[in-house]
Amino acid sequence: MASIELQQIAHQYPSTSGEMPSYALNPLQQCWQDGGAYALLGPSGCGKTTLLNIISGLLQPSEGRVLFDNTNVTALGPEQRNIAQVFQFPVVYDTLSVADNLAFPLRNRGLGKAEIAARVKTVLDMLGLSARANVKARNLNADDKQKISLGRGLVRTDVNAILFDEPLTVIDPHLKWQLRTELKKIHQQFGHTMIYVTHDQTEALTFADKVIVMLAGSIVQIGTPQELFEHPAHTFVGRFIGSPGMNILPCEVQGTQILVGGSPVATTALTCAGLPGLELGVRPEFVTFSETGGVAATVTGIEDTGRHRIVRALVNDTKICGILREGESLPAAPRVLLDPARIKLYQHSHLLAGQVP
Amino acid sequence: MKAMNNKAWFMVLPVLLLVALSAIIPLMTVVNYSVQDSFGNNEFFWVGTEWFQEVLNSERFHNALLRTLLFSGLILAIEIPLGIAIALAMPKRGIGVSVCLVLMALPLLIPWNVVGTIWQVFGRVDIGLLGHGLASAGIDYNYTQNTFDAWATLLIMDVWHWTSLVVLLCYSGLVAIPEVYYQAAQIDGASRWAVFRYIQLPKIKRVLLIAVLLRFMDSFMIYTEPFVVTGGGPGNATTFLSIDLVQMAVGQFDLGPAAAMSLIYFLIILLLCWVFYTVMTSQDNAANGGRQGGEG
Repeated sequence: MASIELQQIAHQYPSTSGEMPSYALNPLQQCWQDGGAYALLGPSGCGKTTLLNIISGLLQPSEGRVLFDNTNVTALGPEQRNIAQVFQFPVVYDTLSVADNLAFPLRNRGLGKAEIAARVKTVLDMLGLSARANVKARNLNADDKQKISLGRGLVRTDVNAILFDEPLTVIDPHLKWQLRTELKKIHQQFGHTMIYVTHDQTEALTFADKVIVMLAGSIVQIGTPQELFEHPAHTFVGRFIGSPGMNILPCEVQGTQILVGGSPVATTALTCAGLPGLELGVRPEFVTFSETGGVAATVTGIEDTGRHRIVRALVNDTKICGILREGESLPAAPRVLLDPARIKLYQHSHLLAGQVP
Repeated sequence: MKAMNNKAWFMVLPVLLLVALSAIIPLMTVVNYSVQDSFGNNEFFWVGTEWFQEVLNSERFHNALLRTLLFSGLILAIEIPLGIAIALAMPKRGIGVSVCLVLMALPLLIPWNVVGTIWQVFGRVDIGLLGHGLASAGIDYNYTQNTFDAWATLLIMDVWHWTSLVVLLCYSGLVAIPEVYYQAAQIDGASRWAVFRYIQLPKIKRVLLIAVLLRFMDSFMIYTEPFVVTGGGPGNATTFLSIDLVQMAVGQFDLGPAAAMSLIYFLIILLLCWVFYTVMTSQDNAANGGRQGGEG
């Protein structure tokens, strides 16, 4: 196990058209602690898989250095870095049995027979695959195959980190939760450094101690799930995390008043009056509807999710959505109230300084 | 109850006629010849399985069958591994792919008798580049007189002509393997051999089966090339079943034995193809035919 440090890592894929290639990954600096559970969260094409492959050594970064426990491993391949990686689609060796699949990485490393057998047995028990140890791997279903992919990493005692590249994409929804719980358990039991790439916020927030949100080849925020929810550093993080995402409303500030579409909705202590490109961010959880106060709104739609209802409304032609909890009802002429303590101000998508958690 | 509409059968009629004319009637003619004898004048009389017994007991047939089996065995033993090796060595992307594919496809476009003629001339000691070259180098080579030389020439010619087919089939199987398998193997520390043995070979097995079947059938039925190059000689050294059959049917006009031999020949090919297919797919069938997932 090891801590992982990225120093000024950047990557460009070779261009096929001869133009100057753009960065798939913009220069970034990042340190991951030994034994942490991290999630790389972002939309498709944001560079998270590129970053993961740079850490594992499948990809050589075009710039920068990768350090494991302060040792430069940039030029080493994945087998020398002692990395385990689980891919989006389960990779098993079709013609080998489940047990042989698990033994494969150990045999390649030339371990003794007795030791291999013992370790394979441990992992088979851990994954609940003992009963099918001698079944050919190709006859398993997708989630058991994915367990084998994971098992080939767990069977090695010397792995520095286990990397996951959207490992639950092809797994049935009801098994996703189960596998995620198992992963979490394995993490607590063995304390491997785990890095988990996903575009699913639920997976990221439930799996990781720290979530790294990426957008267009750059890291936009790193934080605990709670920090990301409460203090998004970027409007993208606000919108991407939460369901529904944060309301981002174009606004103006006059003195201490925040105006949305000309109507004052809240006050701010920040001195940002007159700045261009201001936006107000507030989570739907902190938008309430009442008969008095606030600003008038026109309700355009209500979605019932079972647990609560999502109300979509217009405030001076600006879309806003709020949440009605169970038992709450919508007034006949609703007015929108924003929780002043939960309002964030952004300029050009970035959180304005001075709004400390 | 709905009335049966039998008009649809008229639509199938042209196909039935075509198949009857092209396959069923000729085959039944052969069956007919195989159980009868004739002294000319279009008079036939029934002989039962006599011709079959004669053919099956004749040394001439045994020798030809053994020669043909040996030839097919050697062809498979050379072309399959060589084809896989070349497919593995071919580039996976870039301009090299098209160049290699075109080069590989070229021999496949040449007609059989042209291939035979090319090698017949190529190997001649007096004017052929190969034959004369070998003779000049002091190597005693003459495919018209030496059995070994004749066999070597035919084998090399077939390898030159048909290995491409194996290469193209294997290559198509190889490029279909997702990159992630190689990445996983790299992470598992697999050697080059382990990657081939546990990823590439299992993944190309299906196309390889087709390659083996095609190459077996073709080489087992080979006629044109040995006919052009060696004419079955020296002596009977390269008289394969097909050449023997033609000699019997056209040369000697022994219609009965020739028909019996054709049928036996046909059944042998059918039987061996079935054996190949069964053996190579037995693994799949043994384990509940699990083709779910993981294929691509």
